Amino acid sequence: MTDVAAAATKRRAPRNQWWDVWDQFKTHKGALVGLAVFFSILALILIGPWFWTQDPGYVNLRSRNQGFSALHPFGTDQLGRDMLARIMAGGKVSISVGLTAMLLSITLGTTIGVLAGYFKRLENLLMRGTDLFLALPLLPLLLLMVTLFREPLSRTFGPETGIFILIVTAIGATSWMQSARIVRGSVLAVKEAEFVLAARSIGTPPRRMITRHILPNVMSPIMVSATLGIASAIITESALSFLGLGFPPDFPTWGRLLFDAVDAMQLYPARVILPGVMISLTVLSVNYIGDGLRDALDPRIRGR
Amino acid sequence: MFNFALRRFLIAIPTLLIISLVIFMLLEAAPGDPLGDVPLTVPPDVKEKMRAALGLDSAWYVRYFLWMKQFFWVEPLNLVDYVWGTDYAKGMQRVISFQSRQPVMQIIAERVPQTLTVVGMSYLIGVSIALPIGIYSAYRQYSWFDQIGTLVSMIGFSVPTFFSGVVLIIVFAVKLHWFPSIYDTTHRVTDWASFLKQVRQMAMPVMVLSLYNAAQISRFMRSSMLDNLNQDYVRTARAKGLTERVVVLVHVLRNSLIPVVTVIALGVPTIFGGAIITEQVFKVNGLGQQLITSIHSNDLPMVMTLTFIFAILIVTFNLIADLLYGILDPRIRYD
Repeated sequence: MTDVAAAATKRRAPRNQWWDVWDQFKTHKGALVGLAVFFSILALILIGPWFWTQDPGYVNLRSRNQGFSALHPFGTDQLGRDMLARIMAGGKVSISVGLTAMLLSITLGTTIGVLAGYFKRLENLLMRGTDLFLALPLLPLLLLMVTLFREPLSRTFGPETGIFILIVTAIGATSWMQSARIVRGSVLAVKEAEFVLAARSIGTPPRRMITRHILPNVMSPIMVSATLGIASAIITESALSFLGLGFPPDFPTWGRLLFDAVDAMQLYPARVILPGVMISLTVLSVNYIGDGLRDALDPRIRGR
Repeated sequence: MFNFALRRFLIAIPTLLIISLVIFMLLEAAPGDPLGDVPLTVPPDVKEKMRAALGLDSAWYVRYFLWMKQFFWVEPLNLVDYVWGTDYAKGMQRVISFQSRQPVMQIIAERVPQTLTVVGMSYLIGVSIALPIGIYSAYRQYSWFDQIGTLVSMIGFSVPTFFSGVVLIIVFAVKLHWFPSIYDTTHRVTDWASFLKQVRQMAMPVMVLSLYNAAQISRFMRSSMLDNLNQDYVRTARAKGLTERVVVLVHVLRNSLIPVVTVIALGVPTIFGGAIITEQVFKVNGLGQQLITSIHSNDLPMVMTLTFIFAILIVTFNLIADLLYGILDPRIRYD
């Protein structure tokens, strides 16, 4: 028995634990497909514009409302703008909003979670605050923030950057609570471990304690909630755009394209379906990646 | 249990007060002007008088406490008057909408039924679909039923309701002409034919929302069943010779329902939020649509009251979920 185990460890070269995670991740078929789909969408919106050089804002009134053709594979909209180019441009905005908002919310959530979990004095205050935020009616408040502050922000930073900052901040500020709770829970568990006691007994200051010992050990829940955060941020952004409260009209995002197409959906349903399918595919693939990641990062499942 | 309930209840009150202050300050900090639509030809002193008439000339704390008094004292009194025909609230200033000059509560009362029928119905249907699916896919984990259920529920909460709603409209209203695409809120149910019409116009919004709810709840049900199916007491129950039916549907199900019931309670206020979007898609003039129109027209009392009502819903259902958990699981009460 011990010989077999020893042989197994000898055969396997020492390697990073992330390879184990990847091995487990590979067994989740849905997650692999999700990863492939997500990367092809990223490729479409990042590399696509190099090959498809039509300007998404180019108005050509003579070729408006066209169906699928070689010149315009996805047709054109009511002003004759090429839909393929617009979907690429819209995807860039939608996904960058999703990523930035997720980064903001995960930074906030992790900071608050770690502080509340590590420092006993702050715990009560921070967690009451988190509970308070969880009790806020988030969608109405988001709508409110976006409507009320869009004018001054677009005046100071220009219409595009201003709205971008506004939407990212609004989404980030209203979505950090779940990750704060999860991170706090994991920090509380890790804090009781013996290596933390050992580190403390050799006099490690709290700052290094958190960055060296606590944070690396709570990475898995953070990564999972970051992945799922991208999905929900993309949905929130498109919902805002769909309600007409997102980016300005000449600045396409997937939600905005969908919103613009809804008026003409009886005649040109394809224009509604395309951006909607892009949103759904992106969110679905990200959710599957998150699902696979959760399984892969769970050490109880990994060894099996 | 009483102590537990009392403690939870006492936390809820300051939470609500702080939330109302947060919403008020957010509205206060906003640069929007309710008189922004007044033409520039109106002389400044008239504009000043208009501001005073709307009560905008006093300091923010005066307005905040006035709103509090109106919301927590005058409006309940009005309700009492309305129900019992008394006149306690006579001559008291109610919360008035800037836009329509009607009492805010009256507008809300007109719109609640639309929202409640659509949202309530879809939640009921969603839950009643989700529970059997969750139970069966946990019992037959990794079977084809479970795989398909997982895929469908993943799609269910990945496809945003504003897209699935629009797709349903294109398919069922535009192509097939089965259901009307616009919800007719003036429709009254009087006989069988009008009832059928009501069912047909509710079908699509209810379908969209219940798919979305069912997707989430069936996932919870499944994972909660899975947690319980491997417990020792299940093995004991089987070893005693109980039938599989009794083991799963009595022993396991009752224990796994505990977290699911609280999730269902917690989900009620969020679907009111989600209904904002669905109402916009299907043009249901419920609370969500009212909120959006009043945000656009800077109708501060309306926005404040509506948002606060959403907050009350959330806090109340959090409280209900806590209490339910305490009742169902005695271990929770003694934390």
